[in-house]
Formats: sequence, structure tokens, C-alpha cells
Amino acid sequence: MNIQANAVETGTKPNPPAFFDEMRSSDGSIRPAYQKIAEWMNRQSRGGMARKQEEAEAIFRRLGITFAVYGDTASNERLIPFDLIPRVIAAQEWRFLERGIEQRVRALNLFLYDIYHRQEIIRAGRIPADLIIGNEAFLPQMMGFDPPGKVYSHIVGTDIVRTGENAFFVLEDNLRTPSGVSYMLEDREAMMHLFPELFAAHRVAPVERYPEMLRQTLESVPPPACKGDPTIAVLTPGIFNSAYFEHSFLADQMGVELVQGSDLFIEDGALYMRTVTGKERIDVLYRRVDDSFLDPLAFRSDSTLGVPGLFDLYRAGGVTIVNAPGTGIADDKAVYAYVPDTIEFYTGEKPILSNVPTWRCSIPDECGHVIDNLHELVVKEVHGSGGYGMLIGPHATKAQRTEFEKKIKAKPSNYIAQPTLNLSTCPSNVGAGSAPRHVDLRPFVLIGDKIRITPGGLTRVALKKGSLVVNSSQGGGTKDTWVLED
Amino acid sequence: MLGRTAASLYWMSRYIERAENIARLTEVGYRISLTPDTGFGHREDWKSTLVAAGGYDDYMRRHSEIKPEKVKHFLLFDGDNPSSVRSCLETARNNARAVRTALTREMWEALNSTYIDFASVKSADLGSGKLPEFLDWVRQRSALFRGSMLGTLLRDEGFHFSQLGAFIERADNTARILDVKYYVLLPTNEAVGGDIDAFQWETILRSVSAHRSYRHVYKDRYRPQNVADFLILRPEMPRSFCFCYGWIERSLESLSEVVGKPTPSLTEAHAILKDLKTGNMDAIFQSGLHEFLTEFLKRNNLVSAHIADDFHFN
Repeated sequence: MNIQANAVETGTKPNPPAFFDEMRSSDGSIRPAYQKIAEWMNRQSRGGMARKQEEAEAIFRRLGITFAVYGDTASNERLIPFDLIPRVIAAQEWRFLERGIEQRVRALNLFLYDIYHRQEIIRAGRIPADLIIGNEAFLPQMMGFDPPGKVYSHIVGTDIVRTGENAFFVLEDNLRTPSGVSYMLEDREAMMHLFPELFAAHRVAPVERYPEMLRQTLESVPPPACKGDPTIAVLTPGIFNSAYFEHSFLADQMGVELVQGSDLFIEDGALYMRTVTGKERIDVLYRRVDDSFLDPLAFRSDSTLGVPGLFDLYRAGGVTIVNAPGTGIADDKAVYAYVPDTIEFYTGEKPILSNVPTWRCSIPDECGHVIDNLHELVVKEVHGSGGYGMLIGPHATKAQRTEFEKKIKAKPSNYIAQPTLNLSTCPSNVGAGSAPRHVDLRPFVLIGDKIRITPGGLTRVALKKGSLVVNSSQGGGTKDTWVLED
Repeated sequence: MLGRTAASLYWMSRYIERAENIARLTEVGYRISLTPDTGFGHREDWKSTLVAAGGYDDYMRRHSEIKPEKVKHFLLFDGDNPSSVRSCLETARNNARAVRTALTREMWEALNSTYIDFASVKSADLGSGKLPEFLDWVRQRSALFRGSMLGTLLRDEGFHFSQLGAFIERADNTARILDVKYYVLLPTNEAVGGDIDAFQWETILRSVSAHRSYRHVYKDRYRPQNVADFLILRPEMPRSFCFCYGWIERSLESLSEVVGKPTPSLTEAHAILKDLKTGNMDAIFQSGLHEFLTEFLKRNNLVSAHIADDFHFN
């Protein structure tokens, strides 16, 4: 029995698929980019794939590529499921995405510079003042400060979803401390180990240069006080953080120190780490600690994860913090709806990548539309994350919708709404063979002296049949993502 | 290198070394329990195993009497015993996790897979003679880790901190084993010289995997003076004080170069090694083996404390 590319679940689906499948066109033919993958799938036996699946798990577990689940003491490290079938992106599709992403991150950095300086975009009436000034993610302490190279968000993970042949949408911008890049790199490692013959048959754009590019990016934004080659360090909250593996992985791959707040101190206008010989200066700090925990003197006073005085030192030009504090204002859900406008405002160009259509409840007309169509919309709280304070209209009960309607009416500016998205599907290995599963894409972008985008990114896949939720906390997995070269 | 990184490497290696030593001690305890009663009862042997493993008081607080099954569980699996093999592997792994960047992939994999595989074993699985196989496995895993380190780790500061942890712990373990059994080595006992004594001496050597190499070196039957000499003064015996301090000195010399001046830990290690190199067993027995061992354990701890200070562990 093989795991035929013509999926095992087709028999149970009388209707033509309602979703765009990235391997198979609606007429059933295999798209060119997937031709060899489909042939390869037809050659695999089910037992063979099961063995490879076990082998993959063993690799990940041995390497310790796990994520911690908070409050789960018995087995507080879990593996994220890995899907053996790679996702393929054709060269011309990637060129389009790349241009769109580059345009977007450039504009968002210009936006951040502007709102922390003259706020031209507010003066021009293109974005409401209180959406920015009254926003928790806006840091007044950043006003008038020029970060090195005028870059605010150096490391971006743009979440992209696809719903059709040429229909790509940006779902979220993730400008704070996006994670997942270690999975992108390790998924590739695992695939090259498990299926070398597949790589021999394709021209897959490499992702392995990411750590080197990250290092180059960090080195390109030294603080004014730095003379000579900058010393870089990665700041982690510690081994119990869910992304700790990634922090140590990146530090290791770049060949820099992985530090915790307790390793650091500030003396005579410089940031130091405690070393076996005494101390060593740090110029660029790639922090994987949230803004509010960075410096107990500037932000949350109960934080033990940061360094007292770090923010003042940053403003004085003694250290570069990457990403800059305060970038969250640009990926706020309420600001999101204004991003296409923002792109035009700063670049004079039409946005290449579209937003997901978004209704702002702060605007009466749009709010009315949301209330009338609650049953088919996803309503999100603007400052919420991770699905809290969220209503998925089609899956909600009438009572839940009525309750949400009240909430929206009480504080409209707190909510936005989007249509439920028909995420594209890719073939996934699902035990009984292969079957289409919904996916999204997070390409990783580096912004320093120039913009560097790693081809592909992290594909998250909703492994549960029919599920549209790709989050690892809810049964989502990852798969290797291939950009084919011409 | 960060002080915290150095501390983690040091403690990682100490705990792996300890796990291996606890496994050896358990193996010897088990072996004795299989041989005919040697006159003063098996219980005494498990007791001395517990003492040598540093867990006797802790054990007695929680269990009123010495029962082989309970002792085995305590030494190997008890998560509340900080020196059980399980706890040692967990502590070693937590330290390793904190300094992943300072380890090679091979080292991490060796340790992590040991930890994962160990977690799936329960004391109940080790009935009917499976214990020796399991203890062999623990020792093999420790050897695998050490081999991975020697084969792949850069010989920079990280290597030296790791070496220091391993050899400080090993010297400590050898000293404890000797101290628990020092009375069978006392010259007055030699007059007895019967089978039981020979068996006891062999036990000591076995617990440091030296019962065969002893014969190569001394070409003689077991004599207490030689057994002590072998484990204390012989520089070619890889678990002797002298051997351990040879490596401790070398690593501290390298680290002192990094710091740019001799550290107090190096000064103390020099002094210890000098005493060992110039020492002889007659003098040691004369002034008291137990006193000598007590003093050595104290000095070994002092070196450990100096290392933590000298290299900013906290």
C-alpha cells in the first residue's frame, strides 16, 4: 500500500474541495512545482513513512527541540509535530512574496520612525491620533530617539496565508520578538537527513545562511559608542521559557553568548556580562525578552529578567537593543487595518501584498456591518493575543454571539473583525496516508544595513482534519518549506 | 565565557561523574549481596554503600531500616535524593540545557538521550537480575558523554571547567569510598589476612573498576597498603587522587593563563599535588588513614570553593 498523492480522504468528500490546494488544481492535476513530490509520494510505502516519522521524532527529541508547556510539570517539554511532506513554493510565487514583504517591512520601519518623531502620518489625518497615543503598545519613552540605522524592527516574522492561486494575504506582521526560525532550520536539517534523494531531484533554495545573516544584521547596527567590531549577545528569559531552545540555538549558530538578566550589569556607561575573567562589554543585545521586562527602572519594576538601567543606556547610545522597544505599536491589531494606507503614505507605492479584509468597530459604518454579520466573522480584541477575547462567528453559539455583540457595543474601538479565511491546503502525512491540511507561512525577514529575506520560512500546519488552527498549542505542526529555484 | 556558563559546565560534569560513581557503588553493593554472608551481614554492606554515596543519613530519615530494594531505589531512582542517579542526570541535563551553546551537539545528544531513556525505566523493571545490565548501561552512557566531550569539544575554557568538575568529583568519590572502608585497610587488620579481608579489598578496587589493573601494577595479591597506594598516590591510576590532581592542576594552569595571573584555586591545587607526589603510604598510615582522607576531602572542597570564586560562578 502506498500513500498515493491522490489523498486517502477524497472518497469521503463528494464535493469539490472548497479550499485552494497547493499541490492539486481543481481539475485534479498536479501543479508543476509539486510534480516530483507527487511522484515521490506515490513511491513511498505507508510503513516506510511511519518509520521515517519515528526517526524524525527521535532526531528532534535527541536534539532537545522541544517547547515548554507552562504549568505542565510531569512532562514539561514537548515536541512540535513534524510533517514529513515538504511544502513547495514556486520560484515566481516566491519572488512576488519577497517583493511584497520587503515593501511592507520597509514601510513599517518608516512608520515607526515617524510615530516616534514628527508623527506626520497623524498630522496628515491618515491614522487617528488616539489609536497611537492611547495605545498600550506605544512607548512615549521612545519619542525623539534615533535607533542605530533608524531601524526599529530588525527581525520580523510576517504571517502570510494563501486562499487562492494568486491570493496571498498578510495576517500579522510580528515586529516584536517573532519566534520559530529554529524550527525552519531544524526542519530542513531533518528533511535532508531523512530524504536526501528528494533534494537531489529538486533545486531547493537554502535556508542555512539565516544565522550568518542574522549576525551580519546585528553587526550592522552598532550603537554610537561602539568602536571596532561590535560584541553581540542573545538575551533569554531562561531555560523555562517556551522558546529557550531557539534562543540557545541562535546564539550557538551565531557563535555569540547566550545571556540572562542576571549575567548582565551596567557600569560607566556600558553594558557588561560577567565572565570568568571579570567582565566583557556587549554592544548589540538581541533580546528575546518582552519590552516590559527589559529594565525594571524604565518598565515593570518587578522584572528580574532584564537589566536595571538598560533603557537609559540604550537612549544614550551605549547599546543597541534588537528589536527596539516600542515596535509593538506597528503590529497592533487595531493599527493593522491601516497598514496598506501606511505603505502608500511612506513609499508612494500600492501595497504588493494585501491585508486580510478588516472591519474596524471604531468606525460606526464598519461596526454596523460587523454586528450584522457576526455569524460569519472572526472578531478579535485589538490588544489580545493567542485567541483570548476572540469570537469565531461560524463556530459560536447564538448566546456567545449575543454576548459579544454587547461587548462590541460597549467599547467598539476595542474590536476588529475579519472574515473566516479559507486557508490553502498542502498534502500532509497523516498516518493513514496523505491528506490535505491547512497551512500558513511565516517568512523571516532581517533588516539592518539591508533587507535579507530567507527563502521560504516556517510553514505551520493544522494536523487535525478540517482544522484551521495552526498554533502548536492546539495540535498544529510544522513542515519544511521549499522555495524552488529556476 | 560567562561565569554562569563556567559554573554550569563544572556542575554538569560533576553530576555526570557522580551518576557514574553511584552506579558503580550500587553495582558493588549488589555483588556483595549475592555472595555468601561474610560474617557481619549484608545489611552492613548496603549501609557502607549508602555512606560512601553520601546518602546514609538522608536514607535513614525516611526509611527506618535498610532493605536492599529500598536502598537500590534510593540510590538510583529517588527524585528526593539529590545524589540518586536520576537526580544527578536531571541536574546535569538542566545545567547542560542552560549552556547548550557551550556544548557540542554530540555531548548534548549523549546526555539528553541518556536522560530520556533513563526516565522510562522504573525500579520495578529491574527485578530478576536485570540490575547489572542496567548499571552497565549507566556507566556506558557516562563513558559516551566523556568520549563525546574528548572527541569534539574545543580545548578552550569550557573544556577546562568541565574537566575540573569531573576530576574534583572523582577525587571526592574515591576518597569517600576509601574512607568508608578504611578500617579494612588498617595495618592491624593485615594480620588477619583471611579470605574475608581479601574480599573486602577487592570490593574497594571493584567500586573504582581497578581490581584488574591492580594486578598489572603490583603483580601481587591484594595488600591493603598497596590498595591505598593505588587509589591515592599512583599517578597512572585514573581514579587516584594523584591522577585527578594532575588534571586539575593542568586545567587550572590553563585557566590562570586566561585570567592572566595564578588563581587561589591553582595555588591550592599545586600544594595538594605536591603533597601527593612527595607523600608515601607509610607516613600516611602512621598519621592515620582516616585523618588523611578527612583532610583531603576538606582540601578538595576548598579547591572547589576557590574555583567558584576565582571564575565568578555567581
